[in-house]
Amino acid sequence: MKLTLEFGGGLELLCQSIKIHEVDVGLKDGEVKLMMRDLLTWIRTNLIKERPEMFMKEDSVRPGVLVLINDCDWEIYGNLEATLEDKDVIVFISTLHGG
Amino acid sequence: MEERESEGRARRAGPRQCSVCNLRKASIKRPKTLQQICRECFYSVFEEEIHRAIVDNNLFKPGERVAIGASGGKDSTVLAYVLSELNRRHNYGLDLFLLSVDEGITGYRDDSLETVKRNEIQYGLPLKIVSYKDLYGWTMDEIVKAIGLKNNCTFCGVFRRQALDRGAALLRAEKLVTGHNADDIAETVLLNILRGDIARHGIYSPNAYRGFAREFIKDLERIRPRAILDIIRSGENFRISTLTKMPEQGTCERCGYISSQKWCKACVLLDGLNRGLPKLGIGRARAVNGPKKDVVRGLTRPETQRSSLESKHCGSLDF
Repeated sequence: MKLTLEFGGGLELLCQSIKIHEVDVGLKDGEVKLMMRDLLTWIRTNLIKERPEMFMKEDSVRPGVLVLINDCDWEIYGNLEATLEDKDVIVFISTLHGG
Repeated sequence: MEERESEGRARRAGPRQCSVCNLRKASIKRPKTLQQICRECFYSVFEEEIHRAIVDNNLFKPGERVAIGASGGKDSTVLAYVLSELNRRHNYGLDLFLLSVDEGITGYRDDSLETVKRNEIQYGLPLKIVSYKDLYGWTMDEIVKAIGLKNNCTFCGVFRRQALDRGAALLRAEKLVTGHNADDIAETVLLNILRGDIARHGIYSPNAYRGFAREFIKDLERIRPRAILDIIRSGENFRISTLTKMPEQGTCERCGYISSQKWCKACVLLDGLNRGLPKLGIGRARAVNGPKKDVVRGLTRPETQRSSLESKHCGSLDF
């Protein structure tokens, strides 16, 4: 599944200072859909190069990281349970720093 | 299975309608009300709430000159936009200015000063940049050279606090406004309680402490989104015992700036710098003002800055 991932507010520093990543995320065997929960695990394994604790806490994003799916707050879609579709744009913005 | 595939994959359930206008799709869940609302309605309720707060509290009078503390960050950018917009929309009759501080740290403010210059054009607000060099005779780079990497946060925090006030005075502004987000305010309320220093002025704190408070309130927010606003409400309802000795506000004998001591903190620090004794005024300062408790406690954050992601620069609220 092709997705566009964007990191901002300092989170890009965790993935080699690259803000926008065009990625192709495969589904796990036996899975029929990709959920945000799976995507976070995938990002942690494949994109985050340092200090993963800045991005995630337990199985979700660290509190204070905003997540948008196609410009909508991911809470609208059910957070970790949100189902992703091809060509979705997912944005992560950290708010844990100065204003 | 075959049937489903021929239909194509079922689309996920889309966002529901905005609960304010019922016309557009919701795009955020407002922590304050848990309502799902669209972008346009969020802007309008947000701006309307600020307008109400301004009117209900009689914050401004027509004809006033108001300086907007502008750092180039998100909070002050939102403030500059909202205030100039409301001023136009509701005819407050205010003369608005952007006021920025240049600490003189090579590379540090370049991006943010660019943002502020963009704000100047976008919102049509005249911009004044005041530098530490102009105000105090020293850039932060020069201060760091003189005192080393340790403790320089003390200087930066104290000087910044005054720089805005002094800049506002230069602009002949009657009022100075600064933009803060709810997270920052809640964090400060919590820190004041934890350290028991409501009666004190200033928020000079080791960064590590702030980091814990931030993490804590963000965890609370996850459980209950209103928690942040409730903490702020508690802060507004603090009552200080009449037995508590509050610092008396006077003026600095040297520069005339408000101070609870003979000399204000900036003057104590500057005096040390200019006399080649930069450690004066850091730690338990006894030199000028005699024993006092509210001086910065060891700002011993390792200076190998690990990016600004962890916490904010210096112990003070960013404006």
